[in-house]
Amino acid sequence: MVLIFLILIPLVTGALSFALKGDSAKALALISTTITLALSAYISGQSYLQPLGHPMMFTHSWIPVLGTQLSFVGDGMSSMLCLLTGIVMMVVMISTINKDVERGGAFFGFMLLAQAGLMGVFLANDALVFYMFWELALIPVYFLCSQWGGEKRIPVTFKFFIYTFVGSLMMLAGLIYLSTQTQGMSSYAWEDIRRAGTALPLAKQQWLFWLIFIAFAIKMPIFPFHTWQPDTYEQSPTPVTIVLSALMVKMGLFAVLRWLLPVLPAGVAYWSDTVIVLAVIGIVYASCLAIVQTDMKRLIAYSSIAHMGLMAAVAFTHSSIGMHGVIVQMFNHGITITGMWLIVSMVENRWGTRDMTKLGGMASTAPKMAIAFVIISLGSIALPLTNGFVGEFMLFNGLFSGNEANALTLTVIAGLGIILGAVYTLNMIQKTAYGESVTMVIAKDLSINEYLALAVIITMVLFLGVYPKPLLDLTAGVAGMIAR
Amino acid sequence: MKAIIATTVFGVIMMFIGLMVDNKKTVTSIAAVLMLALLGVNIYELCTTSANSPALMFNNMLRIDHFSIWFNTLMTGCTMLYVLLIGGEIRKVGAHVGEYFALIFFILCGIYLLSTYNTLLMLFLGIEIMSIPQYILAGSDRKNLKSSEASLKYFLMGAFSTGILLMGITLLYGAARSFNIMDMVGVLHSDSLNPLALAGIMFIIIALGFKVSAAPMHTWTPDVYDGTPAPFTAYMATVVKAGAFFAFLRLFHTAFNLLSDHWILIIAVIAAATLLVGNVTAVFQQSVKRMLAYSSIAQAGFMLFAIIAVNMFAWQGMIIYAVAYSVATIGMFGVLVKLKDYTYDGFNGLARKEPLLAFSATIFLFSLAGIPLTGGFMAKYYVLLAVVQQGNLMWLVIFALLMAAISVYYYFRVIIAMYFKQGTPELNSPVTMANKVMLLITCLIVILIGIMPQLFLNWM
Repeated sequence: MVLIFLILIPLVTGALSFALKGDSAKALALISTTITLALSAYISGQSYLQPLGHPMMFTHSWIPVLGTQLSFVGDGMSSMLCLLTGIVMMVVMISTINKDVERGGAFFGFMLLAQAGLMGVFLANDALVFYMFWELALIPVYFLCSQWGGEKRIPVTFKFFIYTFVGSLMMLAGLIYLSTQTQGMSSYAWEDIRRAGTALPLAKQQWLFWLIFIAFAIKMPIFPFHTWQPDTYEQSPTPVTIVLSALMVKMGLFAVLRWLLPVLPAGVAYWSDTVIVLAVIGIVYASCLAIVQTDMKRLIAYSSIAHMGLMAAVAFTHSSIGMHGVIVQMFNHGITITGMWLIVSMVENRWGTRDMTKLGGMASTAPKMAIAFVIISLGSIALPLTNGFVGEFMLFNGLFSGNEANALTLTVIAGLGIILGAVYTLNMIQKTAYGESVTMVIAKDLSINEYLALAVIITMVLFLGVYPKPLLDLTAGVAGMIAR
Repeated sequence: MKAIIATTVFGVIMMFIGLMVDNKKTVTSIAAVLMLALLGVNIYELCTTSANSPALMFNNMLRIDHFSIWFNTLMTGCTMLYVLLIGGEIRKVGAHVGEYFALIFFILCGIYLLSTYNTLLMLFLGIEIMSIPQYILAGSDRKNLKSSEASLKYFLMGAFSTGILLMGITLLYGAARSFNIMDMVGVLHSDSLNPLALAGIMFIIIALGFKVSAAPMHTWTPDVYDGTPAPFTAYMATVVKAGAFFAFLRLFHTAFNLLSDHWILIIAVIAAATLLVGNVTAVFQQSVKRMLAYSSIAQAGFMLFAIIAVNMFAWQGMIIYAVAYSVATIGMFGVLVKLKDYTYDGFNGLARKEPLLAFSATIFLFSLAGIPLTGGFMAKYYVLLAVVQQGNLMWLVIFALLMAAISVYYYFRVIIAMYFKQGTPELNSPVTMANKVMLLITCLIVILIGIMPQLFLNWM
């Protein structure tokens, strides 16, 4: 029963928010995200305590003739991602407290609706419900980017929308096909879909794999489906960029783990080498592009493609430690990249540019901000004692010990990504935080709410770097189940 | 059967009212009241007919089952919605308001025949009763050359297709020695197939394909829909089309059921062509009205899916599709008729000036594009499911979904114009409170179909 409130609270407050103006909408959004965060923390705690195989469930009949019902499940992975959604949304709301948003009612309304969609995707235990929320998460983001984004926002966002919509329609075809293959009456329940999918012959699983995977590949995004991403990140307003990169791309990876790997095992086994090679190409390609960027937002966008590429590659290796790493890293990456975007938006607000060639000397004008930036960046390049290290270590372990062809070569090439990652991230720190100040005027250091938002992120980065056990324990059961 | 008589009587009454009452507003109100009465008659009939045993009427000419009455009720409901939403604009088309409403009642009479016919003669009669009033409505804006052109074009092409339909019926009579579609089931099967029957089926596919504007018989549609005054286009593109589709479905899923191996692939190819032509051409339109004409061709491609799939989901899909598509398109026209400029630029900045108009248009466009939680999604979902169940047509499903993705492009262009572009759209007439309420109700129906489609199927 609690699960449904995770979706209902943002949905209802989001709808209400459209009727409100500026500050009251902001207050409502803050209250709503606080409650949702508390609720998702409670659910995570519950699934941490509960024995494996008895996750929280919620089921209510919806359209019986179609074999679909409102069914949600809160296992370790779902509740972890809901917690991530709760934290990130909360941080976003805190960071926007002192900013004036044009037409605030609609802005916060769309943000909350997007949150509702995300929660639904992570919790859905029924394929049709999953599909509905998958789309529901996309539409508010489309409006957010198109209305509050940068100069070229309309064509860029339109491209993003069409791209992802094509993918999800293909997935719909795949899901409908799977539902007709279930035993007896057609059904969309996860368990029935899984049983129907695994029973299909290899030839069918081969084409069904791409039908379903294409939606996830576009969302993650995996090379060569990534072309929408840098432009969209660049043109979106920062709160939306955070939602996109910290949460929405996780939808793709999460969907692979929940709706692809267990459902079409033979198809996955057949295509996994291809996907891993594509993902590894993406890591190196995106890292190289990140090095030559001068715009901070584009740099982080490409770095995100590289990080997601590594997770996607390992997700297809069939190694249980790797799978565990993927799940944990989803959380870590979400936290770190939120921090990165916050810093970028603070830089842009203060100095009016994101161009690194014009920036420099942040450490002398805004020392607190520079320290936060360094810590979060170190988390992003996975230094030991930061959260990134734990996940990345498990990922490489998985990639190396997985049963794909040429595991060693691929691991080495993917490892290049880490080195390149250190190059571009440290380069960015050097150019912005240190060095000569070119145009950087004296600016204020962190304001209270910015301080608070970054404090949450940094605490998570350090805490999970030193003591990752709670996160690992929470997700161990699910990781083991998927890897099997 | 009572509804068939009622709608004819109401049509005649409306003609006299047009003669006797001068005030156009009063005429519209009377039409709305009569439409409500007609809806009541349909609901009464729905409640009094037993669900299992269909009634045969007029020497087995009509076969009235629960399903067809439910379809009639829904279509009457859509017409009711149409009259309430767009009735105010119908008044402005020309002088003879009473006659316009009379013609709409006669069209409904044709639709009732099309949903209950039991012999091919009644099919023919229904098609004619449905079409002839449309020719008049198309030309109702007499001072406008485009309207006259639309009328003439529609009439000539319509007459031609009627000829083909008659030819098909004749050939089928030759093969089956009966006009009765129930008798045909026993005669038309693959064991002893008369080539005349196959030829007849081909002719009927062409003729009915013309009525539902399936490619390559669609060429009249854009010009006719564009030339016809917008309030009447709204009706021709929705309820009328749904009626023709229902007749199509009824014929092919009863009389030609056992021959499905022979015609499924043909209609599948027609459906693919319709989707391709409709969607790709709609992309290049500059006028929203013309875009909606092409979009109606594209949507017809999806409705053809219900005919391809010979199973129970097809009938449900047809009902849901007919209602979802009709309601959303009527709503969209309800917004369109308020604007002076029908081009995309005419919509620029509508969200700032008339937020409610823009919001409801967004919901209707979402529905037409098939975004989840709107009726359009459920409709597309049902027909796709029906085809997947049919088997061996996965290529068509994937192709259709790719085309649906293209449709997002042109539907969302309207949304982009309304919300993200600057401009001050000029309105034909101020948006009244009644308009707003009706638009909101229409939005609610669209969403209701998307969330609880079973509400619209439980009566079958």
